[in-house]
Amino acid sequence: MSSSSVHIDVRSVTRVEGHGNIKVDIDNGEVTTVEWSVPEAPRFFEAMVVGRDCTELSGINSRICGICSIGHTFASLKATEAAFGVTISEQTRHLRELLNHGENLQSHVLHVGYLAVPDLLKVGSVIPLAATHTDAVLLIVKLHRLANETCDVVGGRTTHPIRTCIGGFTKVPKKHELSALRARHQEALSDLKTLAGVVKSLAGGLPDFTRETEYISLTHPEEYATYDGMIKSTDVTDPIPVNDYLRVTNEYMTPRSTAKWAKFNRDAYMAGALARYNNNFRQLSPLAASVAADLGLSAPCYNPYFNTVAQVVESVYFTERILYHLDCLLDSPLAEEPASFTRREGRGVGAVDVPRGILFHDYTYDKNGKCVKANCIIPTNQNHANIQKDMDVLVPRFKDRGKDELQLMLEMLVRAYDPCISCSTH
Amino acid sequence: MKPKVAFFDFTCCEGCQLQIANLEEDILGLLNLVEVVEFREVYTGKAPAYDVAFIEGSISRPADEARVKDIRSRAKVLVALGACATTGGVNKMKNLWGDLDKVKKEVYGNDASLPNLETYSTKAVHEVVPVDFKIHGCPITRSEFLRVVKALVFGTLPDVPDYPVCVECKMRGNECMFDKGQVCLGPITRAGCDAICPTNNSSCEGCRGAVPNPNKNAMREVLAKNNLTVEDIARQFTMFAIEPEATK
Repeated sequence: MSSSSVHIDVRSVTRVEGHGNIKVDIDNGEVTTVEWSVPEAPRFFEAMVVGRDCTELSGINSRICGICSIGHTFASLKATEAAFGVTISEQTRHLRELLNHGENLQSHVLHVGYLAVPDLLKVGSVIPLAATHTDAVLLIVKLHRLANETCDVVGGRTTHPIRTCIGGFTKVPKKHELSALRARHQEALSDLKTLAGVVKSLAGGLPDFTRETEYISLTHPEEYATYDGMIKSTDVTDPIPVNDYLRVTNEYMTPRSTAKWAKFNRDAYMAGALARYNNNFRQLSPLAASVAADLGLSAPCYNPYFNTVAQVVESVYFTERILYHLDCLLDSPLAEEPASFTRREGRGVGAVDVPRGILFHDYTYDKNGKCVKANCIIPTNQNHANIQKDMDVLVPRFKDRGKDELQLMLEMLVRAYDPCISCSTH
Repeated sequence: MKPKVAFFDFTCCEGCQLQIANLEEDILGLLNLVEVVEFREVYTGKAPAYDVAFIEGSISRPADEARVKDIRSRAKVLVALGACATTGGVNKMKNLWGDLDKVKKEVYGNDASLPNLETYSTKAVHEVVPVDFKIHGCPITRSEFLRVVKALVFGTLPDVPDYPVCVECKMRGNECMFDKGQVCLGPITRAGCDAICPTNNSSCEGCRGAVPNPNKNAMREVLAKNNLTVEDIARQFTMFAIEPEATK
């Protein structure tokens, strides 16, 4: 088979957010081209927000991403709050965590159920599965609906939240709405265990491919970090302050991509569910840890395809956290908290670990609260180089598998990262 | 035979396509009415022609202009999906800079001259090809999307409100945002969102574009009553590229 030639040219990988291309050339057994490229139209958000008032920034930058608009909203609000020295109340913190995990759950269920699982069942989308695997599809739809409705109740809208603002919320949910969510999330825990069983039965279809890389996420001494924390790299002993993020991200351009790429201690690093799991797995709940064990996920895991498995584990954990924050909110009276803050000159950085990984927003304001400089570093920016490096190793290793299998492995690899490509070309 | 339907995305966040996934169980019902032949975000497959093509996103570079013209030539009906497609949406804020080289420089620094970063002044879809219907909003409202699809399948005209958001806001019994000292674009923005932002105690940002023949005098009256000027709101008109006509 070593004399075989294979040419793969995938324009716009399907079942991912945004446009990415894969090109591979193997001539007489020799690998001559392995390219992951991003032709997505650049959007220039960092220029669009210059000159805008601080109150507009989270609403504008939310539009960077349709799938993780809530994550962008919080990275944005945290950056602005850091610049102005605004602290938030305990109630706001619980509501934000609730909204954040609602989105995390929505995004993970969407990726696992609608985007990744069809590959394992050798079909082109979730649509035919509605007829062949009706129960599993209805379960996924039910979980997805619950995650979205959690965001509706807290944020006022599923995508591009309305109620979130500097210092708090323009409106808070009613207690009976939170109680109703609580009952449904309790049920979701058992639904997620069923979903994990479905994924377990299919996980044998995940390629057996490992490549150790640097894993970067937030980390927090008291919890499995998502909303808050410091930067953790597997290559660095001590956590790094969020304000020093530029030391970590080191963005650069490549002619093949309209999105910037990133690297830290190696030529690439990975962000996302698997990076969070590798860095913080000890802080998972007993239930989430048992689901991980059942799915064959153990730390450190160097198989990028297992990012999808880590998302299932996290879905269980995030649902438990939703229940925790709901209980905290239901335990005391809910107050409307009108936001109050003072505009001032300064710079602030906000970081949140969102579904696809660690996200940074960095704003500088003038004394009138107008933005003079913005920088946003998106999880998928930080994963592009790692996708390329995975492909560089994967293609020579599996070059004799034939075109169809190799192409599917490469497309599945891209999907495993759950990339938000238009988000990365913000 | 079921109508062949396709979805395409251009310069945008793909959040409007996501609202279609967010229809949850209703998608299954929708699939009884139409055959989805292209929908890259969730589906692997391509087709030569479409009864209805949904276009999400703005047009912001020559290559995409050629692509949308090709889709138009193969589609019986073309629908602009969401604010980026119907008005240019947030992407038109880029145009306010005038000099796009400065925009590129701001974001890409010394790499701004790379050939793959080509961009031009953002256009709404109707500024490039004829558009048969528009589904407004950032993001679109799911119920409106369903209503338009059903109308197209049954051969009737989709109903799009031609009155301002204020009408829906009053029907919901909300206290006026102006009475709370806020600037709100409700008086000049096309309804159809059920006044979702003011209902959540947040001002209308005009994502559905200007209502035809906006009652600008009423707007001015409200502004004057609250000691606000047109300049106060001019900046807000630009977030979603409301036609400058509305500010005159």
